[in-house]
Amino acid sequence: MKQRTLAVVSAGLSQPSSTRLLADQLAAAAVAATSERDVQLNVVVIELRDLAHDIANHLLTGFPPAALKEALDTVAAADALVAVTPIFTASYSGLFKSFFDVVDKDTLVDKPVLIAATAGTARHSLALEHALRPMFAYLRAVVLPTAVFAASDDWGADSADGTLRGRIIRAADELARELARREPVEVADPFALNVSFEDLLRS
Amino acid sequence: MQFGIFSVSDITTDPTTGRTPTEHERIRNIITIAKHAEEVGLDVFALGEHHNEPFFSSSPTTTLGYIAAQTDRLLLSTATTLITTNDPVKIAEDYAMLQHLSGGRVDLMMGRGNTGPVYPWFGKDIRAGIPLAVENYALLHRLWREHVVDWEGKFRTPLQSFTSTPRPLDGVPPFVWHGSIRSPEIAEQAAYYGDGFFANHIFWPKEHTQRMVGLYRQRFAHYGHGDPDQAIVGLGGQVFMRKNSQDAVKEFRPYFDNAPVYGHGPSLEDFTRETPLTVGSPQQVIDRTLGFRDYVGDYQRQLFLLDHAGLPVKTVLEQLDLLGEEVVPVLRKEFAGLKPAHVPDAPTHASLLAAKQKDEVKA
Repeated sequence: MKQRTLAVVSAGLSQPSSTRLLADQLAAAAVAATSERDVQLNVVVIELRDLAHDIANHLLTGFPPAALKEALDTVAAADALVAVTPIFTASYSGLFKSFFDVVDKDTLVDKPVLIAATAGTARHSLALEHALRPMFAYLRAVVLPTAVFAASDDWGADSADGTLRGRIIRAADELARELARREPVEVADPFALNVSFEDLLRS
Repeated sequence: MQFGIFSVSDITTDPTTGRTPTEHERIRNIITIAKHAEEVGLDVFALGEHHNEPFFSSSPTTTLGYIAAQTDRLLLSTATTLITTNDPVKIAEDYAMLQHLSGGRVDLMMGRGNTGPVYPWFGKDIRAGIPLAVENYALLHRLWREHVVDWEGKFRTPLQSFTSTPRPLDGVPPFVWHGSIRSPEIAEQAAYYGDGFFANHIFWPKEHTQRMVGLYRQRFAHYGHGDPDQAIVGLGGQVFMRKNSQDAVKEFRPYFDNAPVYGHGPSLEDFTRETPLTVGSPQQVIDRTLGFRDYVGDYQRQLFLLDHAGLPVKTVLEQLDLLGEEVVPVLRKEFAGLKPAHVPDAPTHASLLAAKQKDEVKA
């Protein structure tokens, strides 16, 4: 069985958080879908709430404190990413955006990313398409076709096997397909010397 | 081993009084600070170069020349000289001049500068920072070593039959350090020429310094300048001291909390843990500084940042007293005892001249 790592970034603020709930359901569905393809998925969850101060400090000082460094390294080393944010004021939350602002711009290149969001009503659902998808496209991630949105009423009676469940399974299946056909991710060393000085002098 | 201070020349409001020194006061104070560095027995004073507020040091050779005239022993350096936006011809001329006036008490630290808006003011583009540093230094290196230079490059007008004057003192170019926080190309550049590498080692975690110095040492050996442990390494550092460490923390905290660069961010405690900043007693500074050697090896130059974030000049002078009386004498003795004989000291004009004369006798 192949081993792969899935990083799950959740930007929910309350506890319990419906954002985290959606993140967990997506992760569980991804584990199930990948195991069908002979891939064992190791899931690491990153709760941005715990890193909020570190993220602000990184923006101010230019380097990540230890816990944030670990989270950034986890994202870089992951073979795929699930990114879930609450929708605040018509877009991703500021904390969610700030986290991806301090992710190195090449970290997500060619990495499969499943985007998902939560909000009070379904009227916010296209924020996934006009805010999250372009942001990850800018970072040259492979954003999966299915984005998963959960409004308050999705968590009602039909959530166990209703339309939300169907979208979760479809998105997880797309993620599993991408994971199964890819080689494990290779993390670039920022201190590696990629050019000889003679070449630099000539250029 | 050389010990000294480096200043970024910031003009910052003292957060405890709300008072901002005038440019004139700050400029006069930096002269006092540099002279006091010599009085307390330090070896090096290095001055930054900036072309934007709130910094005053746009013209470092003027300042360093003035200091040179009022000191006898102090080695004058830069932190850093902008190899990207300055014309290398002007650097060659200015620093050779300073070398003559100071009797050889000059070296330089090259840096790229990280302030985006400054580049276009000098007709340059920050995205070309590395190519600028490479081409400009290659020219500077030749201007100090070849009497007549024909040159053509990408970033300045070509030179035909150009001689940079004055020629370096005794035909010995000033020693050069290259500074960078995390660009491996600059460590490579320092290694290629057999120049020194300086890790700013303030405001950033030590891991950056460790990786960059490691790369520089390895490439220094690759280019045949000696063994990795014979490469010439300098480190920055940031300290604030009082006899009792609690007094140091209490006094420094408002300056820390409001400082440019890191203020209003991490706590003093977090920042001292995550970066080489030490706030405490002289003994704590001694212990922490000796620990730098554990991750960079034996090194040749230690510069401390003392005079930023709006600290009053009186306080800075007291810091210099503590450094000169209690810290540096111990560090000198301890580092000297640890350093193996085959690890060289930092080059000086005298040592470079002696090496040149030895080579000429051989030839």
